[in-house]
Parts: sequence; C-alpha cells; structure tokens
Amino acid sequence: MLTEYAFWFLSFVAVFSGIAVIISKNPVYSVLYLIMTFFSIAGHYFLMNAQFLAAVHIIVYAGAIMVLFLYVIMMLNLNNIEVEKRSNALRLAAVVAAGLLLTILSGAAQKADQITLAEKTTAPSGLVENLGIALYKNYLLPFELASVLFLSAMVGAVYLSKKNLNETQA
Amino acid sequence: MEILHNITINHYLGLSAVLFALGVFGMLFRKNAIIIFMCVELMLNAVNLALVSFSKMHGDTDGQIFVFFIMVVAAAEVAVGLAILMMLYRNRHTTDTDTLTDLKG
Repeated sequence: MLTEYAFWFLSFVAVFSGIAVIISKNPVYSVLYLIMTFFSIAGHYFLMNAQFLAAVHIIVYAGAIMVLFLYVIMMLNLNNIEVEKRSNALRLAAVVAAGLLLTILSGAAQKADQITLAEKTTAPSGLVENLGIALYKNYLLPFELASVLFLSAMVGAVYLSKKNLNETQA
Repeated sequence: MEILHNITINHYLGLSAVLFALGVFGMLFRKNAIIIFMCVELMLNAVNLALVSFSKMHGDTDGQIFVFFIMVVAAAEVAVGLAILMMLYRNRHTTDTDTLTDLKG
C-alpha cells in the first residue's frame, strides 16, 4: 500500500516538474526542474527493484549531464529572462500535435494486458551482480562499441569547442 | 518482495506516455535550443522508464541493459550537442532556433 502511494507521489512530481521545465522562463530553473524529474524517475527505478540503474541514473544525469547544461548556460550567459515571441498558431499546433500523440500512446498503454509488476517474485533484481553478468557475457561487443562511441564523442566535443576553428584548419 | 502489488504495467506505460508527450510538446513549443535539448532528454527518460518496467514485468535484466546503453548514447549526445550549441552561440550570439534559416533557399 505504501509503495502505491510512493508510485503516485513520484509520478506526480515527475509530471509536475516536467511541465515546469517547459514553462519556466529562466533556463536555470528549467535545468533544476529537470533534475527533479530525474530524481523522481530514479525513485521509480528503486520501486521496480533496479537499484544499480537508479544509482547510475542519478550519477550520470544529475551529476554529469545537468552540470554540463548548467555550465553551458552560465558560460553563454543565457540566464536572463527572455520573452519568446512565437505565434499563437504555432503554439496551438504544438498543443494539438502533443495532445494527439498523448492520446495515441495512452490508448495503446491502456490496451496492454493488465499485468501486475509484483507477480514475478523470483525475478533477478537489478543489482550489480546480475547486470554485470548480463553486460559482460551477452552484451560484450556493444559494451566495447560504447567505449569507442564515448571516445569519438569526446574528440568531437573538444574539436568543436576549440576557439578559432578556421585558423587552425588553414 | 510484495512491492508494487496493485501497480500494473499500464500505470508505468501511461506515465511514460505522458512524459514523452511532454517532451514532444516542449520541443514544438519552445524556441530556445537549450530547452529543446532538455526536452530530448525528457523523452529519452520516458523511454527508459518504459524499458525498465518491461524488464520488471518479464523478470529479465535485458531491458535494464538497454537503458544502460541509452544512457551512454545520451551522455555522448549531450557532450557533442552542447559543443555545437556553443559554436552556434559564438557565431550568432543567440540560441533562438527561429533565427537559423540559412537552409531556407
């Protein structure tokens, strides 16, 4: 019963702060609300017995990615409140498009079989041991490819953010 | 483990759908490139949530491995994307996506 309340509370926090990300005028507030969303999603992972994933989620998203966002916002000095002038027709189009997508997705979700998530009691938990065995046994090649992807992303980010790109090319 | 007794897969799929639709809405609604980027992250996380709930439903860790790789791709994407954004700001002094009309022809 308690976990049911936890589910609804975390869902409410996630959706509320997701809305706040979009409607905040100041980008810094958007980042902070997005961090709130990420923490509530990490709470959902805990509820679904994926502890390792919850820890990694907090470390990677709240610890690395959002810090990078904040850093860029402060470096570009974007934390001033801007007035966005977007025509009402485009806003209406955005509302209609997202609303239709939500209708379709939630309709599909309702049609799915009503399977309680607590049924499989012998399920392997998302602890480091099980995940590590799966990752290094069945998914070794994608794991190594991910390291190559990281390396190339690092090289690309360093190259792109270098100053005087045109002068160094010449 | 008797947690999540009355919560079905549909609850999680519904929450995931709402978060994904919020991400799409934000992408279409806002003009600031950084906010659009954050909405992409929100959509990725909605999909991650659905994958973890599927993993829980089937009692299989494969879904969680997928989430792991999505996190890897998201981290790489953010690093390169923010570098592109900084280049953009350095050349244009704005991150407003409506001003980027050079490909209009």
